[in-house]
Amino acid sequence: MSLLSTPQRREILIDSLGVGVATGTYGVSFGAVAVTSGLSVWQACALSIFVFTGASQFALVGVVAAGGAPMSGAATALMLGTRNTLYGFKLASLLRLRGIRRIGAAQLLIDESTAMALKPADPTDAPLGFFATGSAVFVLWNLATLVGALAGNALGDPATYGLDAAVAAAFLALLWPQLDTVHKRLTAAAAVALALILVPLTRPGLPVIAAVGVAVLAALARRTSTLRSAQSRSRG
Amino acid sequence: MWAAIIVAGAGCYLLKLAGLSVPDQVLERPFVRRLADLIPVALLAALVAVQALSTRQELTVDARLVGLAAGAVALLARAPFLVVVIVAALTTALIRLP
Repeated sequence: MSLLSTPQRREILIDSLGVGVATGTYGVSFGAVAVTSGLSVWQACALSIFVFTGASQFALVGVVAAGGAPMSGAATALMLGTRNTLYGFKLASLLRLRGIRRIGAAQLLIDESTAMALKPADPTDAPLGFFATGSAVFVLWNLATLVGALAGNALGDPATYGLDAAVAAAFLALLWPQLDTVHKRLTAAAAVALALILVPLTRPGLPVIAAVGVAVLAALARRTSTLRSAQSRSRG
Repeated sequence: MWAAIIVAGAGCYLLKLAGLSVPDQVLERPFVRRLADLIPVALLAALVAVQALSTRQELTVDARLVGLAAGAVALLARAPFLVVVIVAALTTALIRLP
């Protein structure tokens, strides 16, 4: 089957490029924020090449900017990276990759490529959506990071431009679409409260990692409440 | 710093590869699925709070919070990601003008 054999496949390619361009512009902000947080241009670029998952990259840089140890930033980045593992679960049966192809494809496994792989009505188009979007985002994200990092270097003090608030807003924008249930909103509120309580008491970086504990408790709480309602249903 | 970059890069890659390689049964467990949904929610919420309201080990309220609120308004208006970030940065920068 050729790349452009159907109108659907052509449309997937065009959409993939669109997603790549949109995400790339966001890469400019990552590059600028990374450099103004104290990373070198090459460190910012290395993050975009090797970590290649936006929320984790912003998290690492955010923790470092707040005065945390780079390793607690890395730990936060890994926790956020678990999301991609779940995307992998969803896509494994759809993409059916083996050996070397799976090893290469794994790096492209991010929010955008997953969404575009799940979108086509015809499942045989899933690999096209995945690889086209993943590669477009990879190329443009890395170019944009370099541009942003070079520009960030020329800017000087990040606070003058409100870039510290931009990082907070970036996290809020990533969080926003996920707050679709009361349970998730309560979890978010509890994580905020715990983080603020811990800020004066612990080293920078730890208040964020502590949020994993909140997530575990919230997942357990949900389980007991569903169990209880199941029991009361079976009794009644 | 480089050590942290290498750990984050290798770790995030292995997390992706693990997802493509692990059998479906693990995800079938409701607890695993719920936890996976909630971890990003809790982490991102904590990151918003720490980034907007703290300076190292102190709680601080300053122009960042106003910028964040402006970003939230942009989100309510369904603005795209980049617009939200720019609105927050511009608002904060304007407040800080001497």
